[in-house]
Amino acid sequence: MKFSVIVFPGSNCDHDAYHAAVDVLGESAELVWHKDTDLKGADVVILPGGFAHGDYLRTGAMARFSPIMPAIRAFAESGGLVLGICNGFQVLLEAGLLPGAMLRNRGLKYRCEHIYIRVERTDTPFSGEAKTGQVLRIPIGHGEGNYFAPPDVLARLEANRQVVFRYTSPEGELSDSWNPNGSLNAIAGICNERGNVLGMMPHPERACEAILGGRDGLVVLKSVVAAVQSGRTVAAEELLPRP
Amino acid sequence: MRARVFVTLKPSVFDPQGRTIADALHALGYGGVDDVRQGKYFELDLQTSEADVAKALAAEVADRVLANPVIESYRIEVD
Repeated sequence: MKFSVIVFPGSNCDHDAYHAAVDVLGESAELVWHKDTDLKGADVVILPGGFAHGDYLRTGAMARFSPIMPAIRAFAESGGLVLGICNGFQVLLEAGLLPGAMLRNRGLKYRCEHIYIRVERTDTPFSGEAKTGQVLRIPIGHGEGNYFAPPDVLARLEANRQVVFRYTSPEGELSDSWNPNGSLNAIAGICNERGNVLGMMPHPERACEAILGGRDGLVVLKSVVAAVQSGRTVAAEELLPRP
Repeated sequence: MRARVFVTLKPSVFDPQGRTIADALHALGYGGVDDVRQGKYFELDLQTSEADVAKALAAEVADRVLANPVIESYRIEVD
């Protein structure tokens, strides 16, 4: 299977994602320039971390207008897997592929450290290899990861079980002191209603090898591979509650 | 015409930068400053010479690009 990693001017985790896909997972991958207009036969699209377009205007705001974006939107609408990591998550929010927006971190600090996230559901293509409630130790590196959504949107996210990862203690307990950026409901990662588009602030691709400080991120990428191989690229329909 | 667009976080959205600036002002002794909201300011040079057209165009641009409607609102002045 093939990962296409989108490279925006200012992306800086594109090679981390490529390395994880090719050298750790043994899958094929290609770096795709943002001015391209096709996804080169991708099974999975990764929007990597970094500072696309210099974070001009707002994080992720300019990337929405990159020539590759219509192809990504069409790919997502057809059920293709799209994983936005850190700045990639911010791009998905600005592009309207996921709901909400990012604010400056509470405390205004750029947080660059390992944190803990709890897997809230395992019936998505991005978490199928994890156990419900499993706690992953994964690095973050961001100044604007303070997830915000209006109350009605937040309620809908929770009702639809679209929160896939939450910041917790190492034991998996929700606590404000373990929330590194002030995100509402300790949200670290959300998916769309169908479950085929996921954005997360933590960096699973940077946590795939012991030499890099841990392998807890591998379960996310392995889930993606397993989902593509089994053809389960959208969340189990019957598990998505309908109004 | 020139349009000036002022983008700020919505009143319902916490502004950590504005709060930090307010705290700094209080530390400097400016107790008369109750609160600060930080925002962005844009100047658009427009071809039109009609104020209504200028305002409509600036609003469209603000809606689509300059402001993120999830967290921000804006105000426009034209002259």
